[in-house]
Amino acid sequence: MTNVTPGPLYPFKESPSQTAGPYVHIGLTPNFCGIEGVYDQDLGIAMVSDKTRGERITVEGRVFDGAGTPLKDVLVEIWQADTDGLYNSPAEQRGTADPAFTGWGRCAADQTTGHFRFETIKPGRVPFTDGRLQAPHINIWIVARGINLGLNTRIYFEDEADANAADPVFERFEHKDRVATLIARGGNGKYSHDIHLQGPQETVFFDI
Amino acid sequence: MKSNQTPIANFFPRDRSWHPKAYTPDYKTSVLRSPSRALIAFGNSLSETTGPAFGHDMIGPLDNDLVLNFASPGMSAIGERVIVHGRVLDERGQPVPNVLIEFWQANAGGRYRHKKDGYLAPLDPNFGGCGRTLSGDDGAFAFRTIRPGPYPWPNGPNDWRPAHIHFSVFGHGFAQRLITQMYFEGDPLIPRCPIVRTINDPKAIDQLTARLDMNASAPMDALAYRFDIVLRGSRSTLFENRLEGN
Repeated sequence: MTNVTPGPLYPFKESPSQTAGPYVHIGLTPNFCGIEGVYDQDLGIAMVSDKTRGERITVEGRVFDGAGTPLKDVLVEIWQADTDGLYNSPAEQRGTADPAFTGWGRCAADQTTGHFRFETIKPGRVPFTDGRLQAPHINIWIVARGINLGLNTRIYFEDEADANAADPVFERFEHKDRVATLIARGGNGKYSHDIHLQGPQETVFFDI
Repeated sequence: MKSNQTPIANFFPRDRSWHPKAYTPDYKTSVLRSPSRALIAFGNSLSETTGPAFGHDMIGPLDNDLVLNFASPGMSAIGERVIVHGRVLDERGQPVPNVLIEFWQANAGGRYRHKKDGYLAPLDPNFGGCGRTLSGDDGAFAFRTIRPGPYPWPNGPNDWRPAHIHFSVFGHGFAQRLITQMYFEGDPLIPRCPIVRTINDPKAIDQLTARLDMNASAPMDALAYRFDIVLRGSRSTLFENRLEGN
């Protein structure tokens, strides 16, 4: 019998990514860029309400390119657990997350300064694949002109030193000095976190 | 599944040779916006396999009709009226239902409604350029718009983007999050574009090229293009006592 070249094991490949481009705001934050009257409000601008449980925090920062220039056209989305470490997602099977917390936020950077800012809550701890608890963290996804495939990284918190020291994701880092690039500075509910796409301070990005 | 168990539903790893690489110097902006260190990989935890869900109640009746959703009463956008439709599937060929799809584009002359776009082609007072919809139970989606025009951009001295519509798609897990662009069958600008050419494999470019679909057109009203979107598949957790499958 002659050899037959087998067909693909799975019928489809993932649609290849393309850059979000400089006008990403038209689609994802139209009110922000002056296209009003199509949607009542931009998605993802309000994560918390008066009823949300947990410690209120703000996280602010900028995204810098390899020359140290802030990206003024970047769009950032975050995804995080509620104060008990539960995700407000149909895929969450451990319990019911706080219905007054979306867990998901979207922010177009300020077009003059490049600052992004989220008003959210400090997330609870979530188990890793092996059941060990991860340190509190916020998942971030970054798209912009010049970024061909959205970049995934995380924000951890400076005032969670014990949890950070035992975080299972950080164990994967061969170069431990890079852990610091994921830790937001501050406390008492106010954190700042800059992201560097390239260069000596380059933030750790994940293949998740 | 027992409630005290950690669900394991890893997504198929991304094929990063199929996707564009980060550093693609012919697309000049990528030079300083591409990480130079390797990505760090780890298995999907709940932080990656969960993701936000959006309800039908947030979708307005004209959200998927760019011909009308920014137009004054009695007016409509100027240009070639087209219906774009398709399905959201995963790599196993399964439909991905109830996920949010957002899209944005330039008008018929290639001009975006954005203060950073200084192209001399005029704005269309009846065209905004944004829309959104949710996939149905079978993963299907559709919207109506006008075919966008090509436009020049400051990359090389005479670079023009092919006609395209940007797509942003949510899956069921945050790790499926995807932004891409749809091109139109037969456009001679496609193979010349440095952004298209950030993708190495011609088959991958073909996957972003919508086909003219006369069967879905509305006679005497609008042509139609078919564009399917494929998100990452997820592994069956064969040894987790979930006999019903996932």
